[in-house]
Amino acid sequence: MSADVAVLGAGMHPWGKWGRSFVEYGRAAARAALADAGLDWTDVGSVVGADTVRSGYPGYVAGATFARALGWQGARVTSVYAACASGAQAIGTARAQILAGLADVVLVVGADAAPKGFFAPAGGDRPDDPDWLRFRVLGATNPAYFALYARRRMAVYGDTREDFALVKVKNAAAGTLNPNARYRKAVSAEEVAASAVVADPLRLLDICATSDGGAALVLTSMDFARSRGIGDPVRIRAVSTVTPTYPRTVLDLPDIATDSAVAVRPAAGSFRASIARAAYEEAGLGPDDLSLAEVYDLSTALELEWYEDIGLCGEGEGAKLVREGATALGGRIPVNASGGLASFGEAVPAQAIAQVCELTWQLRGTAGERQVPGARAGITANQGLFGHGSAVVAVR
Amino acid sequence: MGGVLALTRTPVVSGWFTETAADGGFRLLGTRCSACTAVFFPREDAYCRNPHCPGGGELAEVPLSPRGRVWSYTDGRYRPPAPYVSDPAEPWEPYTLVAVELEAEGMVVLGQAAPGVGVGDLAVGMEVEVVGGVLNEDADTRTAWTTWRFKPVGGDA
Repeated sequence: MSADVAVLGAGMHPWGKWGRSFVEYGRAAARAALADAGLDWTDVGSVVGADTVRSGYPGYVAGATFARALGWQGARVTSVYAACASGAQAIGTARAQILAGLADVVLVVGADAAPKGFFAPAGGDRPDDPDWLRFRVLGATNPAYFALYARRRMAVYGDTREDFALVKVKNAAAGTLNPNARYRKAVSAEEVAASAVVADPLRLLDICATSDGGAALVLTSMDFARSRGIGDPVRIRAVSTVTPTYPRTVLDLPDIATDSAVAVRPAAGSFRASIARAAYEEAGLGPDDLSLAEVYDLSTALELEWYEDIGLCGEGEGAKLVREGATALGGRIPVNASGGLASFGEAVPAQAIAQVCELTWQLRGTAGERQVPGARAGITANQGLFGHGSAVVAVR
Repeated sequence: MGGVLALTRTPVVSGWFTETAADGGFRLLGTRCSACTAVFFPREDAYCRNPHCPGGGELAEVPLSPRGRVWSYTDGRYRPPAPYVSDPAEPWEPYTLVAVELEAEGMVVLGQAAPGVGVGDLAVGMEVEVVGGVLNEDADTRTAWTTWRFKPVGGDA
């Protein structure tokens, strides 16, 4: 039995700071995905919403909120929260429902209306919450963690700030070709270097912005796709979602300390690498089979780390890849052909879904000027707070 | 500025450190599982998180190594959001964050650097020690919220 599900529709609401409700963005993305699939909302048997924590109850129950906005029609409903991995877990849930025979057509939607500046923890006095504690005790913002990784790379592998800037230059160039991206202007290395330091060694243009945005997918069983005359759809072949292995030895958001390694020897390889490895195993393919990848470039330096963690190169060789142009459009293995979070910004529940939208358009050959020629397989990788990590493999 | 007020020194989180360890110094406090030897910081008092732990142990308070080596470091050039406490009327003074590898515990602990220690004073692998410090003062409650800081060993800061 094939474990594939078909991607019949992909849609987005453009990213930006639009000042509207997340519900509007999600509804617009859903309508676009349904139109792309050639299906009506009333054909959908299940809706899975990726939650946002910034919009009160409607955001916590995103599945029902989107279903209400599209018009109640009795579909099965699910809401999923996994921080930055929410969208991937929503896709994973939809896929599981299809493979279990619970639904033939599932609509996956994520959308957010993000505040300006740093993401902050939920309000109130909450010393039992590690996310609250890291701000109260240390003032440790998300970029502070990204900067710790960046500095560590400089010390261990010899990466430079100029290497990091090349990632922004590359992703901004791709973003100029994407109508859904928030930023559609080319950026030079000089502009990165001239931008203000946020958390040394990272500058404003090394770190992704917060944005509004929405993304949606229509997933179906392979049988349903065939019944509609679509014999060769883009297929999702794997959705990994894994937790770390104790002891976790790399400091990660929102933790103040790693696990101790005195009782148990750490496993070989990083948590981030295990996310991609699980997806490759499930899909039965490897990094050599990829045509492109979409990874969470929350910072420029972090993208280099993903190159290593998804197996595009060995440990510490990420900077070499970007210097060679291997990961740019036209290179051997383009990464973030969409422009990445550098061009989109973070709309948390939407971004992992947006990654799969990009794979879908690329694998169909309809990505326009940013098309990766002959794309046959792609991977997405993302990571959220509190030990969430997901990767999606799609093939044609 | 109200410097005449006597402030009560109160840990920003209770039970995470002591200013009067057995050796008289400032020490971070963790807990250790008696069944599997796993150490936790911040302290874990309810359960052991080692999945291989045979169970049945107790979690006892244990002081952590007073020294370690810099794993990485950065600073905060922009004012972080609440609940970090800072006076919006005052110009923003960047703080330095240091992630320190404690060899005996095999763990990395994040902390702010002692006042005056900037990113230019640090290097990955440098030896640092933990010291006490004040995170912020609250005149309304006459409280000095105390915390831990890292500073280079032998440094003047």
